[in-house]
Amino acid sequence: MKVYRTARTAMTALRRNPMRALLTTLGIVIGVGAVIAMMEIGTGSSAAIQKTIATMGANVLLILPGTAASGGVSFGSGSVTTLTPQDGEAILRDSPAMRNVAPIVRARTQVVYGNRNWVPQQMIGTTPEFLDIRDWTGLTEGDAFTERDVLNANKVCLIGRTLARELFQGESPIGREIRVKNISFRVVGVLSAKGANMMGSDQDDILLTPWTTLKYRVTGSTLSNPNQSAASSTSSSVNTLNKLYPGSAPELYPKQSETQAANTPLPVRFANIDQLLAAARSPEEIPAAIQQITEILRERHRIRTGEPDDFTIRDMTEMTNTLTSTTRLMTNLLLCVAMISLVVGGVGIMNIMLVSVTERTREIGLRMAVGARARDILRQFLVEAVVLCLVGGAAGILLGHGGSRLVELLLRWPVATSLPAIAAAVLVSASVGIVFGFYPAWKASRLDPIDALRYE
Amino acid sequence: MELIELHNICKTYHLGDIAVPVLKGVSLKIARGEMVALMGASGSGKSTLMNILGCLDRPTSGEYWLDGRDVSTLSADERAQVRNHSFGFVFQNFNLLPRTSALENVAMPLSYTAGHLSERQARKQARKVLEQVGLSDRLDHEPSQLSGGQQQRVAIARALVNNPPLIFADEPTGNLDSRTSAEVLEMFQQLNGRDSITIIIVTHDALVARHARRVIHIHDGLIVEGAYAGGIEAAPRPADPASPAAELGGIG
Repeated sequence: MKVYRTARTAMTALRRNPMRALLTTLGIVIGVGAVIAMMEIGTGSSAAIQKTIATMGANVLLILPGTAASGGVSFGSGSVTTLTPQDGEAILRDSPAMRNVAPIVRARTQVVYGNRNWVPQQMIGTTPEFLDIRDWTGLTEGDAFTERDVLNANKVCLIGRTLARELFQGESPIGREIRVKNISFRVVGVLSAKGANMMGSDQDDILLTPWTTLKYRVTGSTLSNPNQSAASSTSSSVNTLNKLYPGSAPELYPKQSETQAANTPLPVRFANIDQLLAAARSPEEIPAAIQQITEILRERHRIRTGEPDDFTIRDMTEMTNTLTSTTRLMTNLLLCVAMISLVVGGVGIMNIMLVSVTERTREIGLRMAVGARARDILRQFLVEAVVLCLVGGAAGILLGHGGSRLVELLLRWPVATSLPAIAAAVLVSASVGIVFGFYPAWKASRLDPIDALRYE
Repeated sequence: MELIELHNICKTYHLGDIAVPVLKGVSLKIARGEMVALMGASGSGKSTLMNILGCLDRPTSGEYWLDGRDVSTLSADERAQVRNHSFGFVFQNFNLLPRTSALENVAMPLSYTAGHLSERQARKQARKVLEQVGLSDRLDHEPSQLSGGQQQRVAIARALVNNPPLIFADEPTGNLDSRTSAEVLEMFQQLNGRDSITIIIVTHDALVARHARRVIHIHDGLIVEGAYAGGIEAAPRPADPASPAAELGGIG
């Protein structure tokens, strides 16, 4: 008996009782439909949640300069300045996992406007990429400063909402000049409100300028090294004996006067920066990103194998963990729901198939009398069950997909079409048909033709 | 050679620990082209004999030679094959598939043959046998739209579709009125006479049995009269106008 004939016989048998076939498949239709809808809505929500958490900075890496140590005494991270803006450019160029990198220079001084003043919690010199990395999209007023402002060390700045409120008290700060250490900065934009971060400190109490401006005009030093003791490693003229015996070290060359020093500033290209802020393409790529950054920086800083890194990379492990555990929880939850509804659907199929076998006992007897073998009967009923399940599965996919689209349309929930879910649904509904259709089919094939023919 | 030869067939059913002998050594020969009525009271064992003859059941002991082949020891699948190729069955309650057209009902047994026929050939064959039983205008009717006599004719067409040499009819007129009964029996006689198909009718109705050229009586699991005995068989036959006189002489 050919497969085609079997399928046709099964279809004819199903067509003979369309109502029952419909009710039988209903369980599978609803089961698969629920799975598809749940998967699509769930994947959409999960992606949305991931995106939200990513906005909080889950894919952000902070690269800090390494530790200076003198005589076994470590000075803590950031005590030497080993990072340059070129490191940042190299990372962005060579590491495929990175989306963006921005250098950071920090300062903390008073900001004055008219008769008001304020010390912002963060005064950051950076590039326009900073806003992208921190997902700080949308300015309340004005525009961000540009790459050109960075190159020219223009005296422009962006201010946070808190700073704008404190200094300007409601009037528009755009185009106004504020003074930082007696240097005037023109305000080009006001950042949108971001609120407190996870630790509760106000993120809107901020002033952003091009890092070149902050470094060369405000802090005014090429080596922004707050820890003087650490500088000893780079300066040959300083050692502890100098303090005991001042002037004992002979000057080899005439000392530079202040005028000379002011006339020959160190070129910008060799400047050091305080930190690098980097954003990975996605939170999942963080481990890869860390490894790539480490390799790039070790090579650029010419660190031999075995020597410790002269930088540290910090990621938002806490957030990433939250993210992955949230996603895993969602997936497992959806899987449980899927399993339960499919098993219920399968039991429904088995139930109705058993009734069907009893009801069609005479038909089975007749088929056996005209020459159907036990395996023909088994195959016929099994194919019927599988056809029911597959048709139900297809209907369920359409129903679920339509449902999730409807949810997207009416409730504006994020939805993502999940191809693996559809493939799994087809596979599972076929196997549900085989597993739950087998017992009724087996029962049918074991019938005795004489008894079956006489069955009332 | 005889088409059917039974040698000392016994069949015993077991109800718990009690053995119930139903057939107690039946020996029988049926030649090709015969039309035989199998008669007996209920409980006499005629249904059991019919099941064994139709390869639906196996005898407890004894030999069953069908067309020179011992079929008493075949497996269930092999017997299914024998039923498919060699037998047609007609039942008292027609046993047509509900909500299925006459054509598909008739074509149904073909789907269990080795599959040498294409779908179209199968339908053609089904249409041919339906025409043969005079239902060419009822091909797409479902059983519920047909009268009892028409339904039984569909069943006969289904029995004929594989061109079997032998047709078993189990009380074929039990659910029919006298007029349609006569029609159906006439059809059997036609098939027997024109196409020389061997026909075995199981019945308890003497009027039906009269249409056959030979009557085998079963009583209590044994054949009482039968194989060319002539006694009861000879008496009613002249009264039956339906039997052709020429063939009567041939068997006598």
